[in-house]
Order: sequence, then C-alpha cells, then structure tokens
Amino acid sequence: MAFPHRPDAPELPDFSMLKRLARDQLIYLLEQQHEVDKLYKVENKPALSSSEQLCFLVRPRIKNMRYIASLVNADKVAGRTRKYKVIFSPQKFYACEMVLEEEGIYGDVSCDEWAFSLLPLDVDLLSMELPEFFRDYFLEGDQRWINTVAQALHLLSTLYGPFPNCYGIGRCAKMAYELWRKLEEEEDGETKGRRPEIGHIFLLDRDVDFVTALCSQVVYEGLVDDTFRIKCGSVDFGPEVTSSDKSLKVLLNAEDKVFHEIRNEHFSNVFGFLSQKARNLQAQYDRRRGMDIKQMKNFVSQELKGLKQEHRLLSLHIGACESIMKKKTKQDFQELIKTEHALLEGFNIRESTSYIEEHIDRQVSPIESLRLMCLLSITENGLIPKDYRSLKTQYLQSYGPEHLLTFSNLRRAGLLTEQGPGDTLTAVESKVSKLVTDKAAGKITDAFSSLAKRSNFRAISKKLNLVCGTGMVRGVGGFIPLWSTFLGGNVLERRSWQGLDEVVRLLNCGDFAFTDMTKEDKASSESLRLILVVFLGGCTFSEISALRFLGREKGKREFIFLTTAVTNSARLMEAMSEVKA
Amino acid sequence: MNRTKGDEEEYWNSSKFKAFTFDDEDDELSQLKESKRAVNSLRDFVDDDDDDDLERVSWTGEPVGSRTRPGSFQSLSDALSDTPAKSYAPELGRPKGEYRDYSNDWSPSDTVRRLRKGKVLIFLKRTLSKEILFRELEVRQIALRHLIHFLKEIGDQKMLLDLFRFLDRTEELALSHYREHLNIQDPDKRKEFLKTCIGLPFSAEDSAHIQDHYTLLERQIIIEANDRHLESAGQTEIFRKHPRKASILNMPLVTTLFYSCFYHYTEAEGTFSSPVNLKKTFKIPDKQYVLTALAARAKLRAWNDVDALFTTKNWLGYTKKRAPIGFHRVVEILHKNNAPVQILQEYVNLVEDVDTKLNLATKFKCHDVVIDSCRDLKDRQQLLAYRSKVDKGSAEEEKIDALLSSSQIRWKN
Repeated sequence: MAFPHRPDAPELPDFSMLKRLARDQLIYLLEQQHEVDKLYKVENKPALSSSEQLCFLVRPRIKNMRYIASLVNADKVAGRTRKYKVIFSPQKFYACEMVLEEEGIYGDVSCDEWAFSLLPLDVDLLSMELPEFFRDYFLEGDQRWINTVAQALHLLSTLYGPFPNCYGIGRCAKMAYELWRKLEEEEDGETKGRRPEIGHIFLLDRDVDFVTALCSQVVYEGLVDDTFRIKCGSVDFGPEVTSSDKSLKVLLNAEDKVFHEIRNEHFSNVFGFLSQKARNLQAQYDRRRGMDIKQMKNFVSQELKGLKQEHRLLSLHIGACESIMKKKTKQDFQELIKTEHALLEGFNIRESTSYIEEHIDRQVSPIESLRLMCLLSITENGLIPKDYRSLKTQYLQSYGPEHLLTFSNLRRAGLLTEQGPGDTLTAVESKVSKLVTDKAAGKITDAFSSLAKRSNFRAISKKLNLVCGTGMVRGVGGFIPLWSTFLGGNVLERRSWQGLDEVVRLLNCGDFAFTDMTKEDKASSESLRLILVVFLGGCTFSEISALRFLGREKGKREFIFLTTAVTNSARLMEAMSEVKA
Repeated sequence: MNRTKGDEEEYWNSSKFKAFTFDDEDDELSQLKESKRAVNSLRDFVDDDDDDDLERVSWTGEPVGSRTRPGSFQSLSDALSDTPAKSYAPELGRPKGEYRDYSNDWSPSDTVRRLRKGKVLIFLKRTLSKEILFRELEVRQIALRHLIHFLKEIGDQKMLLDLFRFLDRTEELALSHYREHLNIQDPDKRKEFLKTCIGLPFSAEDSAHIQDHYTLLERQIIIEANDRHLESAGQTEIFRKHPRKASILNMPLVTTLFYSCFYHYTEAEGTFSSPVNLKKTFKIPDKQYVLTALAARAKLRAWNDVDALFTTKNWLGYTKKRAPIGFHRVVEILHKNNAPVQILQEYVNLVEDVDTKLNLATKFKCHDVVIDSCRDLKDRQQLLAYRSKVDKGSAEEEKIDALLSSSQIRWKN
C-alpha cells in the first residue's frame, strides 16, 4: 500500500539541521532586543501593546511596510516613543527601505535580515514558502527571488556537500544555477574536499509543464490540499471532519503513521484501505477480552496509547475522505475527469469546450472554470479566436466584468491564449516536425522565435508517450508528468540532455547539464542515488507523489524535493487572478 | 503626446524614480566585450559629474556598493543599462571629445527621446553587430519589467501610467487605469470612474466589455435604490416573502439576471429591472437566459413560469417544448429545488437520449417514465427488476404487470 521502506534505499540527509540553524539565527536576532514579550501576527489591526519595543518579523512586501508605518506614525501622533525593529525574512529589498523612507519612518526603525529560506515540511520535502515566486516571476517578470533561490542552494551545498551533477531546464533554472555558481566561486574552499551527500540536483521551471499542475489531483495528499489547503505542512480540519464542535490543526507528514500509508494512494483505494485499518484496529482492541491481569497491564502501558493515537488519526482521515467525496459528488466529478482526459488526449475538443461553456454558465466556480480554460488553451496551443472571445465574454458575465484583468494576466503568462493565424494545431505540428528533420540552423532560429510562447504540448506528449490509458497512473490520472521522463533515468544516466534534444527544443527554453568530476569521484554510490529536484514556481503533491513512486520503481533512486512553495491548480489560478475571489 | 518639457524633467529627475540595474550576470553578454564597452560608452551621453548620485542597485533590489542615499537617476538608458563598471571601448577608437555634443547638449529626457527615435540605436547599430544590439534591448526588457512591477507595488499609479504612455504601451496603459476601479468603494464614484475608462485604447472586444461594465453598474445602482425603497415600504409581496440577503451592486451580470428573474420577472421590457431588458441590453444568449430564469423560477416553485419558458407555439398553434440547454439539465435544476414528482416526470420524459432518460428517471423515481422507457427499449429484465422498487399494489405495479403479460411486446431479454 504505502511505499514500504526498502532496505536498500539510500539514506536521506538530515534536514532538521536547517530548522535548528534558522532557529538559532532568529534567537540571535531577537536577543539583541533584550526581551521578547509577545509575538503578534501582522494583520490589518493595530497592535495593542504596552512594550517599549516592537519587533516586526515580516516578508519584504510593500504592504507590510505600510502597515508598520501606520503603526509607527500612529504612535507618533499619540506622542509615544518606542523602539522599532524590523526583521526581514528571508531578505530585505531596497524597495522596502524606500517605502519606509517615503512614509517618514526610516530613521525610527532598525532593520535586520533573517535568512531563513528553507523549511523542511517532511523528511524529503523542503519548501522555501515563497508562493509569491510564481506570480512575481512568471507574470511580472520580476527576478528578485532568484537570488534567494541561489542563496538557498548555496546553503544546501554548504551543509550537505557539493553537488557533483547539476541539470536544469527553463530560463529561470538557468539563471538560478548561474547565480548559484557565482556564489560558490566567491566562497570557494568551503566545500572543497567534502563528501557529497546528494549526487544530483535538477532545477525545473514551473512553466515548462503547466499541464501537470493544472490537472485534477487524484492522490490523497493532493486532494487534502485541494479541499482543505495544507499550509506549511499542516492542515485545519473543521468540525465536519473532526466529528466534534472543534476544529483541529493536524501536522501532515511521515510521522502520522496513517497518513504516511495513504498519502500517495489513488483516492479510490484510500477509503477501502482506511476501512480495513479500522477493522484491524477494532480487532486489536478486542484482544483485551481474553487477557489476564498481567497481560492487561502490559497492554494498557505499552499498546493502548499507540492504538488510541491510531484511532484518532484514522477517524480524522476517514472524516476528511468523507468531506472530499461529498465535494466531488457535488461537483459532478466524473464528468470533470472525463473532460480533462479528453483534453489531454486531444479527443472531442468541441464537446470539452461545450462542457467548459456550461461550467461557466452555471457559475460553478470561478477558479475551476479558469483552470479548465487554461488546460484547454495549453493542450490546444491556444483557443481558437471564436472560442476565446465567446468563453471570455461568458466568464465576465458569470463571474464579474473585472476579470478582464485576470484574462490579461493569463494571456501574459501564457496560460490562456488565443491562436494567431498559423497557430492552429496542424500548422504548428507540421512546422515543428519539419524543424526536427531540418538541420539548417537559421531556419530553426526563425521558426522558434515564432513558436516562442507556444506550449507544443501535443507534440511533446506524443513524442514522450505521456498520455497513457493504462499503466502508471500515479499522481495524475492517466497522465505522466513531464518531469518523470526527464528524471526517469535518461538525463541522469547519460549526465546530459542527449537523446532528448527534440523535446528540449520543443520546450523552447534553456537547459543545462554539468558534471564536476572532481566532486563526483568523492561521491559515494549511495549519494549518487539521491536526487534533489528543485521546482521553481511551485510543485503539487501529485507531482511529489509521482516522483516518489518513480524513484522506487525505476530502481533504487530516492528523490528529495525543494520547491519555492507547495502549490495546486487553485493557487496558481488565484495568483493570476487580479480580483480576490 | 502633449507633455511639456518641464514635466519630463520633473519625471526623470524626481527622487522617486529609482533605477534598477543588473550586475553583469548574463554569461553571453560578458563574453562579448564590445557590447559591454559599447553600452558603457552610452554613459558618455550623460553628465559625468553627477555620477556619485546615481544609486546603483542590483537586480535583487539590493544597493550595490556604497549606501549613499539616492539622488536622481540620470536617464532611462542609464537606468536600463547593464553596466557595473565603466570603461571605454578601445576598438571604437574615438576620443570622448567627438561626442561632446551628445553628452553636454542632451538632457536626460533628450537622451531618451533620441533613444526612442533610434538615433542612439543607429549609432549602436553601426558599431555593434545585430546580435549584440538585440541582446541589449532584451536586457532592457528585463529591467523594464522590474521597473513596472516596482511601480505597481508601491502604488505609484501616475508614474506607471506615464511610463506606459511613454513606451506607447497603450493597452497596458488602459488596463492599469481600469484596475484602479477596484480601489473605489463608493458605487457612484466607481461608476463615474468607469465612465472615464470607456474611451481608453483597449482592444475592440475589451472596449465593449468596459462599456458593459459601466452600463451594468449604472443599472445596478438604479435597481438597488428602487428595490431598497420598495422593500422598506413593505407593500410588495415578493420582497416580504423573500427578503433580500445582499445588495445587487457590483455583482456579475448573471447574478443580476437571476435577481431580476427572481424579483422582477413579470416586468415589461421598458424598466431597467426587467429580465427582458437585461437580456436585450447585454445581448445575453438564449442558453444563459433560460438557465438563469429556470433557476430563479424553480427556486420560487413557480412551475407555470417554468413551463412557459420551454413552451413554444408553432405556426399551427400547437405547443411544443424545447430547451436550448438540454432537458437533463432542466431536470437536475428542478430536482435541486425539490420539484414535485409530476413536474419532474414531465421533463424527464422530454430527455432525448434514452439511456440518460432512464438513468434520470430511476434516480428521481419517476416510475411511469422508467416503465415506459423499459417498454420502448424492450428490456424485460430491467422492468422486472424495477417492479420491486415500486409500492405494492400501486398503479405502477399494475402497469408493470400488464406490460409484462402483454403478448404485443417482443421483449429482447
């Protein structure tokens, strides 16, 4: 059921070190203030405190600066003098200082940085908790966070040894890599001679594969995220799940034994599994019937606590399953999945378009409607102009005219576009197939500049056999995430992108592969089986699950994940939406 | 563009306008030494004396080098150039003196104007190869995006709009201006603001959308005022029976239509609040209209109205039921609103696809339809199975028995 722990699996590095490091840094920063009285969350309310000092731990965002300024200025008006300290995490941006100056409080606050950028969410998952990365980079073209990524990579390589093999695909990946290399060069000598703990690192841009992120999730963990929103590795289960009148915050990671077994499972298997487990649990409880005093004593002291714990977790997850199922039936889930499959495979496009149109007319959900439109656009290389106009009009009528701005954003990000003349699928496919055979360099450059923003999804998926009716259905129903193909061995085995040239060209973004033999020599065979995958722009639980499965299936590899943030299709759509739903 | 020179000077020289430059990260660029130097030589066009004031900031936003408080930045070309170090291009081999007229006579705004007109670019074009020039512009694109994002973040709307205007990015200009409406809460003020958006350089389709937005809000304000009055007067039945839960202001069109079908269904086309008026004004397609009207009337359990929605008279005077949305949809909506079985049954019967019809009939317990469908499909087994689901001794049971024993039907199973 779960991925049983294989005795030959390579050992994962200890990421709890990252937490300790961060904690120490923060304590040091706070200690400079002498005493920390209370911790307030930065919200839109005035902070009521009688302390002589206020310390703000914030993200470097303008709105946070305005909040702080309003507080400080309010104090000034009230004639109060206090000391103010602002700690920026993970770093301070010049724009923030500028705003503080503009607000007239620059001289009143002292600033510091808490370079905490890596939060271990699980034994194999690190998050930078930067959901804003996606919008800032992929919509606004702002590269401010690439430095943060490079710093994080540098920290990782300092702690866990250098990485002998580096690969990447995507423009952002390339930039991050180059910046990171520069950092390494500047601080050369820190990692010299160390034994690498992780053999490979793979950087990926989110926009190289939007489709996977936009598909409905079918593994349990993904569905929990979709339904309840997992934040920083924990989730709030409301009363309908806890079967009481209280909400409960639950930490979801490998330590939750029940969760660990079902997290990567296809949802259709989960309920049956949980029921079985419930029966087993009951059987365990029942054992006490035939016990004597001594056995009973033993039972109560040793086992009961564990059983009770398991019972509690089980009932929570069963409750969660019920919520998820209720939501699905309400949304006519079957129909939805059918439409998604049709889009991926390229069949019945008219029917799918009608389905989406109806979805919008019925005002089912603004985010879901957008998601479906984007899927249609990406798989079809843009909507035909008639459909684009008609669906857009209907969307604005159903969900609000201000979404004109949302459409503009989606267009810029390449998520929802209109086909230009000569962009119809057949035209593109013939262009692309011609390119692959035509080696004349000049022609390729020209043709590619015209294909610049096209996703070429259909061509790629055909080349790599991504859409499968049966076979591996992990993570995403009936569809293999593009990453799996890259990480499934070819690139790693050959230490290069050879053999996947065509695909890379179709993706039309930068790629790189670099092996440092001096480092590789020092790497143990164990560490060479460990691969750190870095998602720039976010990744979904489904993708993580698919890769976990892939690692074990393809023979003895283990993946570790570093993402700018854990995401899902709803979050991606919300990031593009100009209007807060 | 009718800006005075004074405005431009102010714009370029204001302390608010911060520069973003890049450390020379781009590998390819650093490889091409000519380009680096050539770009550096652009700085010759700018007054050298004010160099110290130029705050240079890395692309992360961190100030590079000294932390002096920023003065004005000098020119767009400087701001957007990718030059940490200054050096001259020996290959170009021309003494600085030859560009005296460039550096001294040009004010920053001049530089930019000429840049736009291509004079500087022509110079570059003559001395640099095409690839390098293209890359220079590309680099500027990145810097430009940072600038735009920054201006958006700090909310400097005026500067942002000026920038777009300057760059001739008319559509983005229009959209940025439009975006402001989200910050205006008062409906009348928002309506006035939307009016100012109408003439802006949107695309043709978007212009129509903006016009619709304005018209919609205008109507909503009228309807809202009127209905609030009616509601408080307490004389209108519909408002007494179903008090309004929220204001109609700023709701999407479809929601407004639903509201109108709910509270103002029978009104003539002449009034702003009538559904027919909305349909006409906003060119709402039949499908959407019928769907929404159905949802509203079904909620009110006004089955006659539902009936009328689908009934059309043909030229012979016979009535017939048609639906632009598929009767299975109709049935679902009726069911959701707890329509009585007879009504449901009638519409289930109208579903064209027999399998769907049978499924829905079974799901909603429309016995007669199930029985008739089984008969039509000549499916004995299913009919037999269904017998156990009907009440003992009921008319349906009798019907089933009659059919099962009928010799007229050639059952297939």
